[in-house]
This record gives sequence, structure tokens and C-alpha cells, in this order.
Amino acid sequence: MFDPVLFATSALNGLLLGGVYALIALGLTLIYGVLHIINFAHGSLLMLALYGVYFLVGATGISPYLALPFLTLGFFALGYLLQRSVISKASHGRDENVLLVTLGISIIIENLALFFWKADTRSLDFPLSFETVDLGFTFIPLTSVIAFVGAVLVAGALWLLIGFTDLGKAIRAVAKERQGAKLVGIDVDHMFAMSFGIGAAVLGAAACLMLPMFYVSPSVGNAFVLIAFTVVVLGGMGSFPGALIGGLIIGLTESLGSLYLGESLGQLGVFVIFIAVLLFRPTGLFGARA
Amino acid sequence: MTKIIRTTLSRRKFVAAAGAGAASLAMPSVLRAQSSSIKVGVLHPVTGALAFSGSQARAGAMMAIEEINAAGGIRSMGGMKIEPVLADAQSQPQVGAAEVEKLNEAGVSAIIGPFASGIALATTQSAARHNIPHIVDVGVVDQIVQRNLPNVFRFAPGFGQITADAIANLEKINDAAGKPCKTVMIVHEESAFGAGMAKLLNEELPKRGFQILETISHPTPHRDFGNIVLRIRSKNPDIVIPSNYFNEYILFARTLRQQRVTPKAIYSVLGGAASNFQFLKENPEAAQYIMDCNHWYDARKAGAQELRKKAESRNLAFTYELFLNYACVGLLADALERARSSDRAAIIQALASSTWEGHIMPYGPTRFVNGQNMGARAMNTQILAEDIKVVYPPEYATAPVVFPRPKA
Repeated sequence: MFDPVLFATSALNGLLLGGVYALIALGLTLIYGVLHIINFAHGSLLMLALYGVYFLVGATGISPYLALPFLTLGFFALGYLLQRSVISKASHGRDENVLLVTLGISIIIENLALFFWKADTRSLDFPLSFETVDLGFTFIPLTSVIAFVGAVLVAGALWLLIGFTDLGKAIRAVAKERQGAKLVGIDVDHMFAMSFGIGAAVLGAAACLMLPMFYVSPSVGNAFVLIAFTVVVLGGMGSFPGALIGGLIIGLTESLGSLYLGESLGQLGVFVIFIAVLLFRPTGLFGARA
Repeated sequence: MTKIIRTTLSRRKFVAAAGAGAASLAMPSVLRAQSSSIKVGVLHPVTGALAFSGSQARAGAMMAIEEINAAGGIRSMGGMKIEPVLADAQSQPQVGAAEVEKLNEAGVSAIIGPFASGIALATTQSAARHNIPHIVDVGVVDQIVQRNLPNVFRFAPGFGQITADAIANLEKINDAAGKPCKTVMIVHEESAFGAGMAKLLNEELPKRGFQILETISHPTPHRDFGNIVLRIRSKNPDIVIPSNYFNEYILFARTLRQQRVTPKAIYSVLGGAASNFQFLKENPEAAQYIMDCNHWYDARKAGAQELRKKAESRNLAFTYELFLNYACVGLLADALERARSSDRAAIIQALASSTWEGHIMPYGPTRFVNGQNMGARAMNTQILAEDIKVVYPPEYATAPVVFPRPKA
């Protein structure tokens, strides 16, 4: 029997969840778009950022949302340094090495987290976590709404940054043609590191928006990273609007799929989309033709 | 010296080694430089998906070994100390089995572990080949003690016993309150643990007058419980029975609260978080009045209170993995005292005839039948204010049960 309230709530829920997926995919798509590498450390960096928020909030008592500027800056610096001093050095300019290096970094980060913070699952006791927006026919968690708005803002900011600033132009130039960019005097290594830094900064922001509604444990990245890859492929690698729309589509598919097919089969829909996109539109919804 | 057993090259090896290094540094000298000691394999999944439970379990066993050694070791054997040989099952049954082979080569007299049922099925089998006495700490699957392996002893209750207790107790609690609850919804994770539980509940609850409105399964990990809670709200059951692991339990409980779904009772069976102090600490409001039927210590025993204080002073959550392993080491020490030997066969014999009652569990003296401790039972706990109380059975209760929960 079709229940319109159930359908509407589930769809809304899916869109909000999709916002979170988009947020995580944004950094991934930027790093892919510029560096042409799949950052395997993305999930681990997200986990690190979530711990960062958890401990910052625990130590200072500030709201996780107020931690956003600190985490964003901190993760920008971390990402920048990681690319400049580890990834670029260890990969010797070969893309396949970069894959292995990021995989290695993810293993190190995850194991260090396991060692220092144990495998405990931690969550924030944050008063807003239980606030809801009453829509008359259903309640929507306030934290999901904030995360969704945050995701749209971050996507917009990235789009403006890459599309309309000198830094963005330089990054795009490097992404398109490394040698050419070098010839016109762009510091390619610096631009790589900036891109990685911005990608990591987005994760810092994502963590602040996510922790009030989720939890953190050393393996938390695994729950999201596969979905984020799917979102990037669906939206088109390197495209911000693609990541946003892709995230929403995946969130919606997952939510409605689980409602009508059961929680286990619902997730199947996500991967059916993944394979279908690879088969019929390998560049993704918004991806440029290679 | 505390030893580390290694098998295949693993990506978690660095941490395992670093952890062992730190552990051997932190351990007082009692664990080192023993020329004549009794080697005991402490085998748990301290890395991988079950790392949290595994490390808790290891911590519990190590605390007991530390205490026994500090109190003079095994007296009947001239104060011989217990030497732990640490092993990591890496959350995988085949690794667990390989670790047993290594422990055998290291010459252990007994093995304690390995937390998870799947791993226990493998390790007990391997241990049987070498006739190593294997005390199973948690592993609730009943098959573990149903294979006629003479070396296997399970101190805690199994799945069948716990669910039978849980269902019987639920009926009694409901009856005592004047039968306010009639309808049930079950939310379970889809692996053997959750699905097995759901099947049993579906068979038994209708016989006792409860109507099951719906049974919903979900995968692990699961990121969002919005849909499940929506369905619960639309069906409005009196009781919700969740059966899932820790992370999902947290999300589920929080989503219930967000969506203001307040059934008359949330009654877990072996609930991932419902009898976990960390869950309570971090989700004090969402956790209120949640009930669980699970392994629990006897809070009336002084030793249990002391252990809890000690664990908390070391920043360890006082979970069942910890206190069950602590108790299992005590069980082994008692058997060693009576066996007066580190010989495996002698220890097996001593365990089989064990009538030990010096433990911190609500079990009475141990009595093993086919390797299962017959006195073992689960307790009903409930989260009340800032503590987890035993609320049923009455003879062990530390607080009266709140059922149904008060209207918000």
C-alpha cells in the first residue's frame, strides 16, 4: 500500500543523507580532477577530521559547528603538507605510485588511530543532536538540515573558488595541462598541494557537520568512502555540481530503495547505478569528455 | 617475557607490535624473567573489526593475571606465576586457528579467548588437536560446546540460554506490570547473530501472547535508520527489540529519540550498546530506560565493585568482555591450583570437575556438562539515570525495573 507521508519523509531523508555524501565526495572529486589520482586516504582523513572535532569539542566545550573554521584551516594545512612533503616526494611523479602512497597513508592513519584512540566508537552528547524541524507530517533532524545546507554552501564556495579566482584558474590550468602551466610560470607542485589541501579542508568542514549526527571510530571512513567514490563517478570526476547532484541521487536511491526493497537490498540500488554509469556514461553526469 | 605470536604479514602488525611493546613496558616485572612459569595463551581479536571487544577482553584477562601473580601465583605449585602469551586473531577465524598452532608451539598450558563465536569455532577445533584446554570467554553460539570436544569449556551462558532467559523474563516483567505490552517489532542486523535471534524471537514470542507486527533486517555497517524508525512510528508497537552491534545501536537509539518514537519498552537481547557504559555516557538521554538481557556481573559482590573501580581508573569501559575474561582467568587459576600441574590433560580434568565460586558473576559454583557451565545465566539490565542496573531476576536486582517506561 502506498503511503504518501512515508514516501515523502523517506525521500526527504534520502536527500539530506545525500547532502552528507556530496560533502565527502567534494574533496575527493577536486583531488581527482586536479591530480588525476584517486585518493585512497580520503576515508582515513575523514576519520581523522571526525576525531579532531570530537577532541576539540571535548577539550574546549565549543559547538562542533564553531569548530568548523579551525578544522578547515587545520586540515588545509595537513593536506598541503601531506601532498608537498610525502605524496609528491614518495611518488616520483608517477600516478600509479601516488595510488599506493595514499593507500599507505590511509593504513598508517587508521592504525595510529586504532593505537592511540582504541577501536571504541565515540559520539558527541550534543544538545542539538536531538532537535528536529517539525514539518507537520514528520520530523526532520536539525543536524541533517544544517549538514545539507553546509554541503550546498561548500559546493558553491568551491565552484566559485575554482571558477572565478586566480588560484582557481591556476589549479584548472594545472589540471588540464601540466607542462603548459609550468611554461607560463605556474608553480605546479604548489598547485597540487593547494588542491590536496583544499580537498582535505572540505573534509574538515564535513567532519564538523557530520559528527553531531554520526559517530567516530577508526574504521568509520569505510562506511562512507565507497559511497563517495560512487558519487564521484556518477557526478563526473572533477565536477562539483556533479558531486552535489550525484550525492543527492545516491542518497535518494538508497533511502527509497531501503523503504521498498528492505534495508539490505536498498543499498544494492546504489551499486546498480554505479555499474550502469560506468557502462553507459563513463564520464558521469557532468564529467567532461576525456 | 610477554610474547607476541605472529602469523601472516598484516597491515595492522605495526600497531600490534607497538601495542605489545607498550604492554610489556607497562607490565610490572612479574611478567618478565620467569624461568618457571605457566604459559597461558590470551587470544583475542585485538585488531580488525572486533578490535574494541578484543582489546577489552585482553585487558580483562591481563588484569586477572596481574592480580593472581601479585598475590603469589599458583600456591599449590610453589607460587608459580602465570605467563600470558598474547595472540591476535585479527578478527578472522582462520587467523585465530593459526594463532592456536603458534601458541601450541610456544608451549601454552591453556588458552583463554577468543571473544567472537566464529573465531571460537575455529580456535577450539585447533586446540582440540593438541589437547589444549580452551576456556571460551564470550562466544555465544551454542555449537561451540556441542561438538564433544573435551578440551572446551564455556564459562558464560550461550545464545539458547540467554534468549530463553530473555523471553521468559520479558513475559514475567510484563505480567508483573499488568500486561501493558502486547505488540512487538524486531530490528536486527542480518548476519548469523541478528538473524538467528530474530528467528528465535519470532518462534517464541507469539507462544507467550505477544504479537509481532514486523521484523526488519539491516546490513552492518548501516548509515541511516530514518526509514526503519519511520516504519516503527507508523506501526506503533509496544515493544521494540533491537538486535545489532554497537555502532548501529547508537544510531538507532538516537534516531528513535529524534523522531520522538517512544515505545513502552526498548528491550534488547545481547544488545550491542544497551549495557555499555560508554553508550550511556555519550547518549544519556537516548539511553534512558533501555533494557537489555546480556552477560552481567553480580554487582552485590565486593570483588566486582573493586574490579569496576580498577578498570575505570585505567580508563577502561567496564564491559562484559572485560569482566568475563577476568573471571575466566580466575576459573583457570582455580583449576591450576587443583591440578597442581601445567600438564594439559591434568588441567582439562580439573576444569571438568570445577566447582569454583570465587567469581564475580551471578552464577553460583561452576558445573560443566559437555563443556558448558550449567549455572551460567544472563541478567536483565536497564539504563536508569546515570547507571546501568540489574533489574531482573529479583534476587540479583540492584534497582526495581521501570516498565513500561514513563511517558515523556
